[in-house]
Amino acid sequence: MRIRTAGVVAAFALALAASGCGGGSDEPAANESPKAAGGKLVIWADDKRTAALKPFAEKFGQENGVTVEVQAVSKDLQTNFVTAHQQGSGPDVVVGAHDWIGNLVQNGAIDPVQLTAEQKSGFNATAVKAVTFNGQLYGVPYAMENLALIRNTELAPEAPKTIEELVATGKKLKAEKKASEILCLQSGQNGDAYHIYPLYTSAGGYLFGTAANGDYDPKDLGVGKPESIEAFKKIAALGEKGEGALKRSITAENSIATFGAKKCAFLVSGPWAIADAKKANIKYDISPVPGFAGGKEAQPFVGVQAFYVAAKGKNKALAQEFVANYVTTPELAVALYNAEPRPPALTAALDQVKGTDPDLAKFQEAGKNGQVLPAIPAMAAIWDPFGKAQAAIIGGADPAKTITAAGKTISGQIK
Amino acid sequence: MSTPLSGPGPAQQVPGREPVGSGLPRSSRTARNHAPITVTGLLVKVVLLGLVAGIAVWAAFPLIEAEKWAGLALLAVTTAGLFYLYLTRRHVPAKYLVPGTLFLIAFQVFPVLYTASTAFTNFGDGHRGSKDDAIVAIQTASVQQVPGSTEYALSVATTGDPATGPLVFLVTDPATGTVSVGDAEGLRRLDPADVTVAPGGKVTAADGYTVLNFGQAGARSQEITDLVVPTAGGAIRSTGLTRAYEGKAMRAYDAGCDCVRDAESGKTWTADESSGAFVAADGERLAQGWKVNVGFDNFARVLTEPAISGPFFGTLVWNFAFAIGSTGLTFLLGLAIALTLHSPRLRGTNLYRVLLILPYAMPSFAMLLVWRDMFNTDFGLVNNLFGLGVDWFGQDWTARAAVLLVQLWLGYPYMFLVATGALQAIPRELTEATSVDGASPWQSFRSVTLPLLLVALSPLLIASFAYNFNNINAIWLTTEGGPFPADNPTNGATDLLITYTYRLAFGAQGAEFGMAAAVSIFIFAIVATVSAISFRRTRKQEEVYS
Repeated sequence: MRIRTAGVVAAFALALAASGCGGGSDEPAANESPKAAGGKLVIWADDKRTAALKPFAEKFGQENGVTVEVQAVSKDLQTNFVTAHQQGSGPDVVVGAHDWIGNLVQNGAIDPVQLTAEQKSGFNATAVKAVTFNGQLYGVPYAMENLALIRNTELAPEAPKTIEELVATGKKLKAEKKASEILCLQSGQNGDAYHIYPLYTSAGGYLFGTAANGDYDPKDLGVGKPESIEAFKKIAALGEKGEGALKRSITAENSIATFGAKKCAFLVSGPWAIADAKKANIKYDISPVPGFAGGKEAQPFVGVQAFYVAAKGKNKALAQEFVANYVTTPELAVALYNAEPRPPALTAALDQVKGTDPDLAKFQEAGKNGQVLPAIPAMAAIWDPFGKAQAAIIGGADPAKTITAAGKTISGQIK
Repeated sequence: MSTPLSGPGPAQQVPGREPVGSGLPRSSRTARNHAPITVTGLLVKVVLLGLVAGIAVWAAFPLIEAEKWAGLALLAVTTAGLFYLYLTRRHVPAKYLVPGTLFLIAFQVFPVLYTASTAFTNFGDGHRGSKDDAIVAIQTASVQQVPGSTEYALSVATTGDPATGPLVFLVTDPATGTVSVGDAEGLRRLDPADVTVAPGGKVTAADGYTVLNFGQAGARSQEITDLVVPTAGGAIRSTGLTRAYEGKAMRAYDAGCDCVRDAESGKTWTADESSGAFVAADGERLAQGWKVNVGFDNFARVLTEPAISGPFFGTLVWNFAFAIGSTGLTFLLGLAIALTLHSPRLRGTNLYRVLLILPYAMPSFAMLLVWRDMFNTDFGLVNNLFGLGVDWFGQDWTARAAVLLVQLWLGYPYMFLVATGALQAIPRELTEATSVDGASPWQSFRSVTLPLLLVALSPLLIASFAYNFNNINAIWLTTEGGPFPADNPTNGATDLLITYTYRLAFGAQGAEFGMAAAVSIFIFAIVATVSAISFRRTRKQEEVYS
């Protein structure tokens, strides 16, 4: 009796498990039949881009008889990609910012892409330069972005030519109680290297020198050099103990909102801020970030969004076909622009959307003299110490001492 | 990684289905053996064991695919063991203990061992995979188009069956329109009469070959990527399925010297097994490295590198202050409120209790961010409400006070809850007896209520201390460790050991998991010591008061 019960229970349990597995394995089997016939392409992108990519990926799949899956990875796409790639469960194509390239290459996670000279010439030259690393093209760019000065034309009808002019206008507005802040340039308690960079370059500072092949040279670190100290002295003069134009209380969270609330006439931000400005019904105009009077040009960072081919993808031939021969068509670039208004990197696509969106040309104008955001792994060592030094100096710390220490920390971390 | 152990997952509920326990005497063997078998019990048993078997099968496939035979054996043994255990009538204690033990192994023991083993490696960005992976990555990354070479239009074809036949490349030179066929042997020209070429230059049909469509080609992607057609200048490789180019791998691995050689400059990078990288004579190392064991290097770095060990002591002191402060302040406030609401004279206690629990009901993650913005100098609620101009997160002591204040707000409802519970468990007769004996309320609280409370609450206080000692959210989402001294951007005034090491391990140059694991072992040692001492003291206390 006892043994019989045990046997019956085991038999039923196994039968149940088998039926459960059977139910489960039906689906993979159904998926496998088109896979066997056509292969499957898996693309990882962030939430916004996934939505824009889906119709095009499906079209590519239908035209070519393959299955294309676009999967949204809403957080830490780069880290997740590297980890999944290492486990062999990563995608075939990944979409992301160009400054990931250095890290992705050192982890062997992406493969170079071969574009013809003709294909390359269709792209903005800066965008191509951004995705070139160690002399190899690692991704196909589709959008570019850079900072510009967005101003409320009701408060400040004229675009300032220099920072001094901007501060004078801002102070006047503040005195007239039309605005509460001179300039909305986000810093926060720990600084923001990306947003302060135009002023840093205008004042004569640099991050990395340029190597013979045109790449950034991690051995020539500009932070801590006399030029950087001079630059930060000028930035300090705009800080809390100086003009009060740069403040640590203006953060990534409140900078655009403050501009939207008409509390400051000038905002240093990128194309992503335009939606909020429109929502707040602000009459705005876009101009390049002004530099210091008598200083160099203010050069914002230029960032590029690109498609990459995963090195351990299961379907690399298809992935390369998609990235090198399909992403390079203007239709996709325009669709991605419609999903999120960043200037397309493909000149033909930019020309298409320029007519309907005058802001694009203005942003591009503002980024004309911009510098490509360094993709070398050493750049990762810059952000944190540089930002903190910036915040300390804005708060009134001694520029020479602070920036020398930051330089020492950064060079200690660059191996 | 826990797949082989997740098999017995649902077995956790298994003890509940034991039908024998329904109050029957268990003193005699016969009584146990003749316990009634209920239908519900059987059904639950069948379902749970079925789930175990199902999960085991589900976990087995990836293991077989990855050829992890040890893992598969472990899975099989665990599953078989579970079946045996719950089908036999013997081993009743084991039936209760095994599920918990399995979970303990899967979710506690295994991660701890994994962390400990990682601490002895250089696992991190640039050192994630094996040496072979690194070599493949280096070689692939060095393939460059031969300058001035032709860009071909490509069709993938086969001489046999589309799914299995040997693959060839049919390439068209766009300048001359000549079509050639390429395989591992090399490139041969085809007779123009035998091929049909589409306007773009792509071959659509060729005598003796079957041109694969995208679907068919996509299914054989790996073979297409691996196919290189040797030429005089390099090799023809595919770019996707429609274009081909002549490329050359500039760097190749030479097993003879265990080094990577650059074909153009002749420079060599020799494998360094101690650091997991290819290093040239001039010290230049290739970015693509591999994971190696580095022994105690990570531990030595923590102790010797001045940038790490220098601020360690100061951070440790503040870390203790933060953990004790967070726990102590929340306990004091929570207890005070609990005592107030415990008074029988107070009316509407339920309403007060609901209101007081509110902070506990809100997600702390979001609340921390809200508090951060409330402490903003110019736009924050705190300064605006009180008309202050304090640069809260900009000065050491105000930042520390602000962080503790946030912790207090987030944490007191928990202490209030547990203190209320413990208070209600203390019989009122005891305090009444003290008042009969003429003790003041304070004396009665001090000598009777508090000691009895502490017996119940000490373990919770220790747990709270251990939690706050490593409370990365409380710092990272508010001050991020700042404010930082002008001359040291790596260690701030409110940094805990965990935020400090997070910055060290993941802040610069990508993630260093080996280093992070080593530091977490140090932190574990500190917390374990503190907890062990506290528990010992608690036990003594219990002996005194109970």
